[in-house]
Amino acid sequence: MTEVLKHVSIDYYIYLSTILFCIGVMGVLIRRNAIIVLMCVELMLNSVNLLFAAFSAYRGDANGQLFVFFIMVVAAAEVAVGLAILVMMYRNTKSVDVSLLDKLKH
Amino acid sequence: MSEILTYILGGISIATALLVVFSKNPVHSVLYLILTFFSIAGQYILLNAQFLFIVQVIVYSGAIMVLFLFVLMLLNLNKDTEPQKENMFKLMGVVAGGLLLVSIVGMLKGIGHINLPENPDSQIGMVKNLGLVLFSDYVVPFELSSILFLSGMVGAVLIGKKESTDIN
Repeated sequence: MTEVLKHVSIDYYIYLSTILFCIGVMGVLIRRNAIIVLMCVELMLNSVNLLFAAFSAYRGDANGQLFVFFIMVVAAAEVAVGLAILVMMYRNTKSVDVSLLDKLKH
Repeated sequence: MSEILTYILGGISIATALLVVFSKNPVHSVLYLILTFFSIAGQYILLNAQFLFIVQVIVYSGAIMVLFLFVLMLLNLNKDTEPQKENMFKLMGVVAGGLLLVSIVGMLKGIGHINLPENPDSQIGMVKNLGLVLFSDYVVPFELSSILFLSGMVGAVLIGKKESTDIN
């Protein structure tokens, strides 16, 4: 199992999680479906988790992996509240289109 | 062997993440995101982070994505009724994401060599070791997260319930 640490450099994980994070940002920017936007936020959180876990494994330090655990805790709570807000929004506007939510602009 | 597996998993996660963003049907997006999470779980097990592997599979691929799928089916959004943004805005989104990627990569190029220990302890990702750290150094955050869960639960029920009983 530790072969990975010997043969794969940490740079690989840094670039992989950077790419995943940017794909998540792109998804938040180009999609209008609020559920997909929330999913892209999850993707961004996961890319950061991967980088935390990689650095933790390469340094032999358990704190990084515990941080990942706490990020997962916060993400789970966030998804529960976010999806409740989405259901509420669908009940009021009959749509999950984020561009309908521009009341603060006017 | 395992480094090839690492690269394959990385390729799968990038490809499925792109499919999440660009597929028209929301249900397909959710299913691709589950695949992305499973490939990230595979990376965890190659990094010997077994606790994170289990938590990723149970919490993310299990609980969170099922919740997403459930809401999608509940709201009956499993067809591509979503109005698309104009192509101009899509292009702007892709360009903005690409510029972010380019600027982060450029920043990372300037770091140079990262000092890492020669022989890191490979057993830190085990459940026993992480549990010892969690219940010695991180007891207070652990308890606080239970309060966060409780408030999240109360908030979700409060926001999600029907407003049939009016206040007035």
